[in-house]
Amino acid sequence: MSTAILTTDLSSLAADIVSRALKAGASDAEVTVREGDEFSTTVRMGEVETLKESGSRGMGLRVLIATPNGHRVASTSSSDFSAEGIDHLVSGALALAHVTSEDPFAGLADPGEFGKVEGDLELYHEDVYSLPTADRIDFARRAEAAALAADTRITNSDGGNFDAYSGRKVFANSRGFAGEYRSSSCSISATPIALGRNGEMQRDYWYTYARSLKRLDTPESVGAEAARRTLRRLDARRAKTQQAPIVFAPEIARSIIGSIFEAATGDAVYRGASFLAGRLGEKIAASSVTVIDDHTIVGGFGTSPFDGEGLPSRRTVVVERGVLTNYLLNTYTARKLGMKSTGNASRGLAGNPGTGAGNLFLAAGDMPHDEIISGVQSGLYVTELLGPGINLVTGDYSRGASGLWIENGQLTYPVQEITVAGNLQQMFQNITAIGNDLVFRGSVASPTLRIDGMTIAGE
Amino acid sequence: MTLSPSTPAAVPQHKKYFLDKFGITERLLERCLGEALSAGGDYADLYFESIASTSIGIDESLVKSASQGVSAGCGVRVLSGERTGYAYTDDLSPDRLLRAARTAALIASGPAKQPVQGFTETKTPSLYPAPAVDLDSDLSAKLDLVMRADKAARAYDPRITQVRASYSDELRRILIAASDGTFASDTQPLARLNVFVLAKDAERTARGTSGGGGRVEIDFFQTEKTPEHFAREAARQAILQLGAVAAPAGEMEVVLGPGWPGVLLHEAVGHGLEADFNRRKTSAFAGLIGRPVAGPRVTVVDNGTMPGRRGSLNVDDEGSATHETVLIENGILKGYLTDKLSARLMDMPYTGNGRRESYQQIPMPRMTNTYMLAGDDAPEDILRSVKRGLYAVNFGGGSVDITSGKFVFSASEAYLIEDGKITAPVRDATLIGNGPEALKYVSMVGSDLELDEGVGTCGKDGQSVPVGVGMPTVKLDKMTVGGTGR
Repeated sequence: MSTAILTTDLSSLAADIVSRALKAGASDAEVTVREGDEFSTTVRMGEVETLKESGSRGMGLRVLIATPNGHRVASTSSSDFSAEGIDHLVSGALALAHVTSEDPFAGLADPGEFGKVEGDLELYHEDVYSLPTADRIDFARRAEAAALAADTRITNSDGGNFDAYSGRKVFANSRGFAGEYRSSSCSISATPIALGRNGEMQRDYWYTYARSLKRLDTPESVGAEAARRTLRRLDARRAKTQQAPIVFAPEIARSIIGSIFEAATGDAVYRGASFLAGRLGEKIAASSVTVIDDHTIVGGFGTSPFDGEGLPSRRTVVVERGVLTNYLLNTYTARKLGMKSTGNASRGLAGNPGTGAGNLFLAAGDMPHDEIISGVQSGLYVTELLGPGINLVTGDYSRGASGLWIENGQLTYPVQEITVAGNLQQMFQNITAIGNDLVFRGSVASPTLRIDGMTIAGE
Repeated sequence: MTLSPSTPAAVPQHKKYFLDKFGITERLLERCLGEALSAGGDYADLYFESIASTSIGIDESLVKSASQGVSAGCGVRVLSGERTGYAYTDDLSPDRLLRAARTAALIASGPAKQPVQGFTETKTPSLYPAPAVDLDSDLSAKLDLVMRADKAARAYDPRITQVRASYSDELRRILIAASDGTFASDTQPLARLNVFVLAKDAERTARGTSGGGGRVEIDFFQTEKTPEHFAREAARQAILQLGAVAAPAGEMEVVLGPGWPGVLLHEAVGHGLEADFNRRKTSAFAGLIGRPVAGPRVTVVDNGTMPGRRGSLNVDDEGSATHETVLIENGILKGYLTDKLSARLMDMPYTGNGRRESYQQIPMPRMTNTYMLAGDDAPEDILRSVKRGLYAVNFGGGSVDITSGKFVFSASEAYLIEDGKITAPVRDATLIGNGPEALKYVSMVGSDLELDEGVGTCGKDGQSVPVGVGMPTVKLDKMTVGGTGR
């Protein structure tokens, strides 16, 4: 059962709020309206532990007031869809706009820039909500059961999960842009716990995530993979402090690609708050490195028809054969840098637009994963990173890690309670192998990655 | 720093807020609880929440953002054995509330149960002010704070090239009614001022951040912790980092400064002592009550009753007054942090630690303000005792794997200690350890207990809640530092 409230046409509501804001004195206005349904269940040790089902909605207004030297901007958000609630949303935003400063770079995008990708991007599938609750619980139960059955050393569990989400997003502005899209997603995961020889516990997890039920892996395969990942951590040792080649598993390597994106956002660049500021056109990574941010992949987890400011979604090459080719920009940061938006505006209900990635990935290389491992004499295969530890201003990188030690080209014993450290500037240059195993399990993806010259700290 | 518990005071009529604004009567609460138990179940509760928030930001000396938001909703929970059913609505009309109650009820399957007739109001202290107005339309005082911060940071040093400062506050009103007769309400203010700066010289760029606040009103920033205080602190850190050398790598002696480095306790032991992980026996601390988990000088408490603190609460999100709970006493593990569900299932005391991010979330055992009590050592003696090590005084944050016990926390301001003296500042580095073991290496505990300035936000299962941490200067004989240097 879905509890979404669909009493109002959200697009008309958004258009109505835009026109009310203009009447109340705004020079320009932008409105976001969102609604969503969520379902989640956890099965633990074979029994249903939680069952949650609900829906909610919210709206946000951003107003701009033109002044001789730019614009003043302010925003409001609300979950109150009554007439009185909407009145407050509009009057509140205009009152706030009078306290902000004139900013010469603030303002909506230029008229010719608005638009959206036409055609079905396959973001929404009705089947996510087609199953009875009992069947959804069964997905979670089967995933956990498969993990528990995999090995006698798996003695406990943080449960199996099934989650589903569907939502609608509407955006309209005073320059005539109006757009909306629906999206759906569902996932199955399992988190088993295994007991080692000395009584030490380890947990790991695995998941499948898709926009349609049909595209999910089976619960059994999720459980089996979660068990495999957990068991390989058992009886871990520490490693000696040393410099050694590090191979990052794909699900870990993607966080490093995420750091390239963050460092190349216009906001970080115009402030000089990034080690990539001012490096456009320079070689910032090994020649094998090509990073792409594509918001248009049909069915992609990071796909949308338009960005947070109503600009059409597009594909941007961030790094091409090691050379930084584009910063990632919204309208504001583009103006600050004297450039054009790359359609990377992200938006919450309140506040100014930020910068967000779509489907961000490191282009696959041609080496099979096993070949990358077999090329390492002595080094670390990282399967988990822990903690923050990334400074994008300097590029300094230092994070907790666990994984498997590589000896003579073979994965050997598990290691834990160590750190891996370096500087992202050198780390990008020192990417010495890229796998052919690129798979999107979320909106950011990377193949297996080998980086040389980093420091491992342990015993 | 006041560490004494507060005096109970008269409870304001918070519940009138939901009656006046949304028409939530006692009769309606009883009907919803009856509906929630219509398919059986042991317990049901309703959690009403209304939040009004304001934020304002200065950036490049321009006030580039100002925003306000309001949201309201209700979550309905039904417990049946170890099962939890949950549903919520952002429409507080009777039919939507009853519908949410019917959805949550589906977790149970049996004959209908009756809630306890009549409510007993939880007696609560007044640990913080309870403003009467939701949204303050006059932003001039808040504007003044961020403008002062901008000015003070720029004045600190000509090498400061970028300054961003933001002020944000929220007022959360809650009302909780449960089938066991619990009835509680509260008005919870939370305010925070943040400063971020960049410093630049011919060779390098460095960042510095600072911030703080608590369950306070705006006068706190005018009288106690001023914008200038936070701005100078952020600027000082950035300038310092311009001259930092590579952090060392490997095991060494580590001295942690007082205050925010208490994030060590939050990660190393705090999460592992939350009762849900121990009920499921998925925590590295499961079954260790009564056993040594730290050096004999270590006593750690979680205390939700400290006036004005970011992690403090008059009442937790399940309607109970908060407590001071001893977690580790002289190195021995004493207890867990519980919510209603885990206290009942584990037959342990309910410590008033049931918290949730919002009405859309199921409550869980969470920390409030977690800190180590002061010891006898003079901070300078602690530093003097170290031959070669790291002195870490500020951190970016941390993380923990509850099951294996491995935790990290990332130093943003740290120095080398050589022959008992503080020498060069070092660049950012992560420290890593094993929760049940790390505190066994605590060999000295300073007399200088401090709590952090009010910046902590703790994440667990996707839910964020404000917390506090604290610690005196502490020496660990062994810890792994994740730098790149020697």
